Amino acid sequence: MSIFNKHKIIETNATLLLVCSLLVVTVGGIVEIAPLFYLENTIEKVKGMRPYTPLELKGRDLYMREGCYTCHSQMIRPMRDEVERYGHYSLAVESIYDHPFQWGSKRTGPDLARVGARYSDEWHVDHLVDPRAVVPESIMPKYGFMLDRKINSDGIEALVKTHRAVGVPYSDEMIENAALDFDAQADPDSDYDGLQERYGKAQVRNFDGQKALTEMDALIAYLQMLGTLVDFSTFEPDASR
Amino acid sequence: MKKQKLTDEDYPTTGHVWDGIREYDKPMPRWWLITLYLTIIWGIGYTIAYPAWPLISGATPGLLGYSTRGEVAEEISAVNALNADIEAKLLATPMEDVAADPDLARFASAGGSAVFRTYCAQCHGSGAQGFKGYPNLQDDDWLWGGDLTALETTIRHGIRFETDDDTRYSEMPKFGEILEHEEIEHLTDYVLSLGSKDHDTISAEHGAALFAENCTDCHGENGEGDREQGAPKLADALWLFSSDREEVTKTITFSRFGVMPAWQGRISEAQIKQVTFYVHQLGGGE
Repeated sequence: MSIFNKHKIIETNATLLLVCSLLVVTVGGIVEIAPLFYLENTIEKVKGMRPYTPLELKGRDLYMREGCYTCHSQMIRPMRDEVERYGHYSLAVESIYDHPFQWGSKRTGPDLARVGARYSDEWHVDHLVDPRAVVPESIMPKYGFMLDRKINSDGIEALVKTHRAVGVPYSDEMIENAALDFDAQADPDSDYDGLQERYGKAQVRNFDGQKALTEMDALIAYLQMLGTLVDFSTFEPDASR
Repeated sequence: MKKQKLTDEDYPTTGHVWDGIREYDKPMPRWWLITLYLTIIWGIGYTIAYPAWPLISGATPGLLGYSTRGEVAEEISAVNALNADIEAKLLATPMEDVAADPDLARFASAGGSAVFRTYCAQCHGSGAQGFKGYPNLQDDDWLWGGDLTALETTIRHGIRFETDDDTRYSEMPKFGEILEHEEIEHLTDYVLSLGSKDHDTISAEHGAALFAENCTDCHGENGEGDREQGAPKLADALWLFSSDREEVTKTITFSRFGVMPAWQGRISEAQIKQVTFYVHQLGGGE
């Protein structure tokens, strides 16, 4: 066992020790992470997933800015109680356009992975303005100020481009029309055919009920989309997962 | 032969010396080594029994054929199987007859209560007491009807829920765009008078004429409401939004109406019947 007697060399050479430790960790990393990039069953093949619309993307930014993820997860685990409460367990493909993902690890509030279309827009406004007005036992902070903070399409093209740079397949057409689509989604009187052509079944409504386009519009547009994209009739569970 | 206890001096040292401090080269305790070897063997066995090693197109499935997602599916179908008989019975029974069968009624109201707390309580309140703008379901003041058929339709298709073609729909005009500010003031007084609230009688008399002209098609000649159109009854003490003067003016000026999601397709057929039954027996069912 001569190799075991050579440990003095490693023990007395800090740099060598560091290099060897790195090698060991690398092996672990390769074994655990690398297969996820090539295994064909990592990401489920389903219909319906699409990149987020510019307004939803903005809403997602606000979701992160306000730290919603610190209390709300977006990950329905494959367990009966969760499935019965929140709906179908989350699929990997549902986070495919999330950079970074919003799985979260704490549920002070309920999971939001499938909150979309579950409540009315009015409910979301009422609830964000004063959570206790509709859920007396809630401890969520108030977000009414978002009704007063107007937003416009400045910088939205750059935001979409940034997401393309990290791998979201936004087309040139989507980027060219980012500002138009941004405004169109919250205005049912606009010409939103292009938006719906580019982004599947994007919901077009005046989300916050106010004339002005506000942060509230963007956040609710994002929330109302969550979990509604995948067509579960096209999902076939893989036996080995 | 008596076993001699080894003393420290009997053990060799590693030969390392740091500032005169030497290091013993003692063997690992036997219990520790055995545990180590056992966990290694267990680890290998585990990767054989359960999904583990990544291959080209997927991971090894494991001899036990375990799957996290499969387990959930199994668990859910096991529970469904337990309820299968009574669920089939519920589906086969017309809504009106459910209450007559004690077992069925218990199943429907317990299941309906669970559905209600999961999907409905956020708007209607955990006790179905409602909130400002979200109807109380415990009373007999119904917007779209409170019999079993009407309730089931509302639950199935929702109210003003655009993606459902059969959704209940009606929209009050924004009278701020139609009437003068003064006229709206008169109307407010008349509406308050219908609900026996404090109002200006002279202004309300002017309002009566305006009401007859603009509002009776939906709210009825005496403010009795119209369930066909979900037009609230105004001639009672129950207010969906608020009986404050300002709030009533706001409703007339900008109009407001609630949206309820459609639940058909999101919850099962049996769950629809359960929650219909549950809401119906809360107190206001007709």
